[in-house]
Amino acid sequence: MAKKESSLINMISTLVLITLVAGVALAGVYDLTKEPIARSQKAKLEKAIKAVIPDFEEIREYKVKPDDSDEELVFYEGLKGDSIVGVAIQTYTDKGFSGRISVMVGFLPDGSILNTEVIKHQETPGLGTKLMDEAWKIKFRGMNIAELAGEAVKVTKDQGTVDAITAATISSRAFCDAVQRAYNTKKKGGKNE
Amino acid sequence: MNKWTIFSRGIIRENPVFALLLGLCPTLGVTSSAINGMGMGLATMFVLIMSNMMISLLKNVIPDKVRIPAFIVVIASFVTMVDFIMAGFAPGIHEQLGLFIPLIVVNCVVLGRAEAFANKNSVLSSTIDGAGMGLGFTLALTLLGAIREILGSGAVFGMKFIPASADGILVFILAPGAFITLGFLIALINHLRKTS
Amino acid sequence: MENIILIIIAAIFVNNIVLAQFLGICPFLGVSSKINTAAGMGGAVLFVMTLATIITFLIQHYILNPLSLGFLQTITFILVIAALVQMVEIILKKVSPSLYQALGIFLPLITTNCAVLGVAILVIQKQFNLVESVVFAMANAVGFTLALIIFAGIREHLDLMGVPKGMRGIPIALVVAGLLSLAFMGFAGLVK
Repeated sequence: MAKKESSLINMISTLVLITLVAGVALAGVYDLTKEPIARSQKAKLEKAIKAVIPDFEEIREYKVKPDDSDEELVFYEGLKGDSIVGVAIQTYTDKGFSGRISVMVGFLPDGSILNTEVIKHQETPGLGTKLMDEAWKIKFRGMNIAELAGEAVKVTKDQGTVDAITAATISSRAFCDAVQRAYNTKKKGGKNE
Repeated sequence: MNKWTIFSRGIIRENPVFALLLGLCPTLGVTSSAINGMGMGLATMFVLIMSNMMISLLKNVIPDKVRIPAFIVVIASFVTMVDFIMAGFAPGIHEQLGLFIPLIVVNCVVLGRAEAFANKNSVLSSTIDGAGMGLGFTLALTLLGAIREILGSGAVFGMKFIPASADGILVFILAPGAFITLGFLIALINHLRKTS
Repeated sequence: MENIILIIIAAIFVNNIVLAQFLGICPFLGVSSKINTAAGMGGAVLFVMTLATIITFLIQHYILNPLSLGFLQTITFILVIAALVQMVEIILKKVSPSLYQALGIFLPLITTNCAVLGVAILVIQKQFNLVESVVFAMANAVGFTLALIIFAGIREHLDLMGVPKGMRGIPIALVVAGLLSLAFMGFAGLVK
């Protein structure tokens, strides 16, 4: 088959045709993958909730606006029968080493932290990623922010109680900021009824 | 040129990274571990095979003057597909690779093979060429990722061989390590090529 | 205002687009043998990157989002950049032949410069507003130019050095880039 001539009509019609076919094909793939993408994101969220609060039978979801930002935090309240077993708060900080860190923090009804789980981050591999290690998480378990001096989670460098990760002070500080935001927002808008 | 030569030259002799020095952005950007490098390599390989195949199918239909924009549309479509498929079925690695997945569009290897090979050769040869180049790219990224991971985190494919509490030589998984490791690797390969 | 300054410093020094984010490596290695050409390339990138970011930002927020066509992002953005580069080339040729002489040869290379597409996608991901996006694009272009010029300066000297045979050319350039990247890491604590 001979090569098609580069006349104006030929050029435009070919480009339009290719773009149209590509667009339709993409719409198809988008439609097909929409569900798995949504499912995998939901699964990730559920896994994080399960990791930070005790066993629950049902989840009640609501949003609360923090004082210092317009972006709402999502509260996932775990219910077992009629009683609340804990609340998982999806919080964030923009003070990370490279962008936003999204963290799930689980509070027990008595106000102490049961566990934390990083959901999304772009920290430096090998340094900031230690926020996901057991050695870091353990520092927050059982912490009750209401009982801390000044009611604030801070690293020791900032006169706080948390030992920052060596060579990752910024990430550690950011993590504390996220936890603090969850606590403040819970105190302000948490439905403790 | 027989099919085997077309396939195998992309792996060593004309390796896109080590010999042609193409696609260096993802090569440096995602290779902080072997598994990330491999994931990126496989994603690129898929795009290479599909776009080479599609472009050699369309080569007689596309007028010469608009071939580059037409190629870009084809490549961008496959890249977006890979993006969605990975987000749906391999969310962990998708998140790690992040921005570099849509950036496969501007990976010179893909457009380069479309222009230099698929535009002139049969569908079968083009597909094989895409597979060979893609495999070469994957191997290069996995190798670089493995070296950086071994030195930087003391681990191989995520399995740590140094005590859990110890660190590797961190600079190798940070940005400078990427440049330096690739520099020495290319020097080594140049040296081996000259002596053999 | 403070926010804008933070974006500028972070984009130029802390998260330098070439040395920390690995975008635009091809032109970084390709056109960095002389300071003059490096500056020319930087100028062309500044121009195209800013313009491309504004246009893709408007397309994303006023066409793709309202029509929920977000899945066409990659394909639209790259076409816009390719078309834009062509247009800039044609206009420049007519309006300012002297500027065209200076930037002309670099323009076609910019289409496949992943820094341009990368920045266009990044401003959407970071949910910047238009002003922040423009500032971010310009700051990144300045960061790119800065890295390119420093690198070109070092490479000009490198030509006179006795580099071991196997390391000559690209390998030693990469090692130099690594050391430069190490130096830029020193800026890390600057804004946080």
